[in-house]
Amino acid sequence: MSMLFDIRGAALPLPIENLDTDQIMPKQFLRIIDKAGLAQGLLYDLRFDSSGQPIAGCVMNDARYRRASILIGGANFGCGSSREHAVWGLQQYGFSAVIAPSFAEIFYSNAMNNRLLLVQLARAEVEELILDWHRDPSAELRIDIERQRVESASGREYEFPLGERHKRMVIDGLDTIGMTLVDLADIQAFEQVHHARHPWATLG
Amino acid sequence: MRYRNLYEKLVDSHTVKTIDAENVLLYVDLHIMNEYTSPQAFAGLEEKGRQVMRPGQQLAVVSHIIPTHAQTPRVIVDSAARLQAENLARNCSKAGIRLFGTNDPDQGIEHIVAPERGLVRPGMVILCGDSHTTTYGALGALGFGIGTSEVEHVLATQTLVYRLAKTMLIKIDGKLPFGTSSKDLVIWLISRIGAQGARGYAVEFAGSTIAELSAEARMTLCNMTVEAGARAALIAPDQTTFDYLRDKVGFEPSQWDAAMRDWATMQSDAGAQFDCEYRFEASDIAPFVTWGTSPDQAIAIDEPVPSAQEQTSPESAESTRRALRYIGLTPGQSIVGTAVDRVFIGSCTNGRIEDLRTVAAIVRGRKVASGVRAMVVPGSGAVRRQAEAEGIAQVLIEAGFEWREPGCSMCLAMNDDVLSDGERCASTTNRNFEGRQGRGGRTHLMSPAMAAAAAVTGCITDVRKLEALA
Repeated sequence: MSMLFDIRGAALPLPIENLDTDQIMPKQFLRIIDKAGLAQGLLYDLRFDSSGQPIAGCVMNDARYRRASILIGGANFGCGSSREHAVWGLQQYGFSAVIAPSFAEIFYSNAMNNRLLLVQLARAEVEELILDWHRDPSAELRIDIERQRVESASGREYEFPLGERHKRMVIDGLDTIGMTLVDLADIQAFEQVHHARHPWATLG
Repeated sequence: MRYRNLYEKLVDSHTVKTIDAENVLLYVDLHIMNEYTSPQAFAGLEEKGRQVMRPGQQLAVVSHIIPTHAQTPRVIVDSAARLQAENLARNCSKAGIRLFGTNDPDQGIEHIVAPERGLVRPGMVILCGDSHTTTYGALGALGFGIGTSEVEHVLATQTLVYRLAKTMLIKIDGKLPFGTSSKDLVIWLISRIGAQGARGYAVEFAGSTIAELSAEARMTLCNMTVEAGARAALIAPDQTTFDYLRDKVGFEPSQWDAAMRDWATMQSDAGAQFDCEYRFEASDIAPFVTWGTSPDQAIAIDEPVPSAQEQTSPESAESTRRALRYIGLTPGQSIVGTAVDRVFIGSCTNGRIEDLRTVAAIVRGRKVASGVRAMVVPGSGAVRRQAEAEGIAQVLIEAGFEWREPGCSMCLAMNDDVLSDGERCASTTNRNFEGRQGRGGRTHLMSPAMAAAAAVTGCITDVRKLEALA
């Protein structure tokens, strides 16, 4: 797996509070057994009207911004349903990172497991980035993952939190299952004791 | 010895190893799957040549995509959805996993099937690729939702790399007022603390109000606590829990006594600390209903619809404007009397037998208002049979409700039960998000009693005043 040290690209602001995963990836795109076709479903009801025509005025339908790879969202981004399809869809559409004042819990784990970088900044910092965008929508941001910094085109830097394990998952693309299976003997030893001590937890 | 709260005890007792300051490797007692968040996990295993480590600790249920109109045998006509059900059956058969499939008599919503089968027990860690897995905290189990990558991890290792949550105690005391239920309690709570008020926290509920709730009512509360952003919800097991479990687990007397001794220790220690504490009085609760498109956008039935101007932050003013535009209500208006097109009774929040009893008690001898389409979708085959045995189904049918087969149905509208553009629905479900029940559909979350009142009056109604209206 190739390493991912930094993310560069134009931003796209969509500062909607509590933007839930039902809206990010609506139900009709979930009837699949693979991960295909989710770019089309991304934020479908915001982008398309009920006859499937692009909604004029939706920032995502403006061809000038189609190359944006960093989404700037509102607080509690990705709340609601656990559907990982929301993360797959954001990536298939072309986003490599989301910047927001906060993220929902399950969405955060899902994103990290897919190397979609989530950057949590203070609300005022997110607003500054949106103001920057209004001044120059084509200006590129750079996100230095190792140093946990967003650099704006004007050279300002914003530090963001990222746990060490999550950082390695994003940069290195870890095989987390493979890593856990290294501890298989520990897991088996644990469950023997666990079931002996708590027989009521044994099923079947 | 350090005093520990219940969450810390449950995590400690399932920690295989500490990974770092933030994460532990958590052992999973039971893992539950559905047809739409598990396929890619099984595919991932196959791709890597990995096996399901503990098939006996897995359970799968066809729940989200299944049509619910009465039909024997049940057939999934939509080819994509049918493929999901068949794929789940194939994956389960290959790995030796117990499946409640399309025509299993005990099929239903995963979070209703698992507890009624006696598989959810205090002290367990239970995961599922579904956010409403918090439901199991009602029985003293640590349950929470995971994504598909994590489903794959659990299948392969029977563990999860788990980021520890902060802890929150919510203590609620006093008797629930007339006309209210644990659904009103939880909507009221979310409206107080907000849709991200418990984000990052495992919440423990305590206090006399909680102690008085039935096991099923506690499930409604813990189920919807995720709508405040909580990572988990917990209620310490007590006699109510044990009475609920005794027949379901089917233990021998000696087994049962040993389990009870163990479960009795599953309490927060006196003196245990929490990162955050709230105290509320139940007397503040009234029948609650959502007016907007986030579960925290809710008011007591007799409060006016709020305005953007009265919001305390620009973000919540913008959210209010957006929500009011979508939902088609005017600030300052009374929500009572708002006409509804549809009524939906069901979901993992309110699709249990007690919920259906409540609805039947209200609609008995009444009729669904003309022009309203009202559906009851029981949470499982067992709930459906019980309701038929008790005569509840007959009451509902005579009142004009559609009596349907079990499934998630119009809670998330992944099957063919969908709101049309502009349709307004009184719903006992958990999410009033834009488009959740159908594009342009307008969802008002409420209790089963309030939804029943809406069905028979044709509009959002204060159930406490229903007798006077008759």
